[in-house]
Amino acid sequence: MTSLPDLVCPAGSLPALKAAVDNGADAVYLGFKNDTNARNFAGLNFDQKTMADGIRYAHAKGREILLAINTFPQAGRVADWHKAVDAAVDQGVDAIILADIGLLDYARNRHPQQRLHLSVQGSATSYEAINFCQREFDIRRAVLPRVLTLAQVENVIRNTTVEIEVFGFGSLCVMNEGRCWLSSYACGESPNTVGACSPAKYVKWDKKPGAMETRLNGVLIDRFGDDEPAGYPTLCKGRFEVQGETYYALEEPTSLNVLEILPEIIKIGVRAIKVEGRQRSPAYVTQVTRTLRAALDSLRDGSERFHVKPAWQAELAKVSEGSQATLGAYNRPWR
Amino acid sequence: MNGSFTIPKFRLPAFVASLGQKLPQWPHALALVAGLNAALKMKLLPESELALLEDKLFRVRVLDTGGEASYTYANGLFRPVFRPQREPDLAFAANLSAYLQLLSRQEDPDTLFFSRELEITGDTELGLIVKNMLDAVEWPKFSARLPVFRH
Repeated sequence: MTSLPDLVCPAGSLPALKAAVDNGADAVYLGFKNDTNARNFAGLNFDQKTMADGIRYAHAKGREILLAINTFPQAGRVADWHKAVDAAVDQGVDAIILADIGLLDYARNRHPQQRLHLSVQGSATSYEAINFCQREFDIRRAVLPRVLTLAQVENVIRNTTVEIEVFGFGSLCVMNEGRCWLSSYACGESPNTVGACSPAKYVKWDKKPGAMETRLNGVLIDRFGDDEPAGYPTLCKGRFEVQGETYYALEEPTSLNVLEILPEIIKIGVRAIKVEGRQRSPAYVTQVTRTLRAALDSLRDGSERFHVKPAWQAELAKVSEGSQATLGAYNRPWR
Repeated sequence: MNGSFTIPKFRLPAFVASLGQKLPQWPHALALVAGLNAALKMKLLPESELALLEDKLFRVRVLDTGGEASYTYANGLFRPVFRPQREPDLAFAANLSAYLQLLSRQEDPDTLFFSRELEITGDTELGLIVKNMLDAVEWPKFSARLPVFRH
């Protein structure tokens, strides 16, 4: 029997957490209601009580809770991030997902027993970087940025004893993970500083005859015809005029979807597969968790006869940004 | 609400909308507000987020029925606004099936937004607050009794 990677699913609310657990997630990742996590959106995330309820719910069913503290402490406010680490330990989460080296150091020294994961925002793409974090902070797992080919992921796994987690589904951005300031260019705020890319207060959707315009802090970043699919209002997914031509100069709105290469991902020894989307609703969490669970379970008895069911692809395509999906960097011919 | 019954995507014939626009709009507004106030009474909506809705004007437009409802939140209660004197702070527009899919948690608002089945205009952050507030509600099992689910 093949051992399957953990399915790690997102939750921005208690109903989403329960949806993830009920539909087959092995672990659910969350954030506090503040800027210590990169989905710091109004009304989203967990306070002490809902987190305690969520942890109890997951643990009763034998699932894990991972807590993301994946932004970078801001000057003069480092104590807020330390407090978040302490609170996570008090709550009894199974692991804390950290990006900042200073915070990893704090967590390791203050809470020697706490399981720590290196966040995708830590931007460690080489086994040297990952082994460094293992040596210095005893991280158990690292989440890889979405820029590596499958062969490169395999090379990392062969050269480390740290568990490797990769993204399996979800909205894609330019993936300059942990180092992206594009949002700040338009509105002075970005994920690493305030915990949100293109914060909603800067976003304006204007309905015009035959089109919808998206503005970020007054800057026109896209215009959709009535039948064109839409994406998130981020600069990386804007259409820009470059040398007289207007097009998606950085990338189209799209989602990553690894269903097609799931057997290869398992074969190379990936320990966990992550789903993006803490900002999404319980309905999304239900649909994506259910689909990936079914696909993984079909591989339980060996991957020789795996085939992707059209119903799975249809379900995932529907919830995808821009209503389209890609294998991303995994199957890129160049490195 | 969940489970075996699936709400399909549908669009009512155009004559329904032209008929609907000629009908009085107050029943929609009353039904919606009654549902929201029932949720308030059951303390399903968190107070910290409710405070952010104070005095805001909302409009919900159902494109294929031609119906629309405006309402506001003030002093702890949702109230219908029958003749809005200004543009709403936040406006939603979608076909009936999209609203039903949202209310039953069958579809995610981002999904409907990506496929252009749900339109959100006005104060985007207010929209996010409302969306996240409703997402976080643990609807009781007897939610079918809430008027908002009966209509």
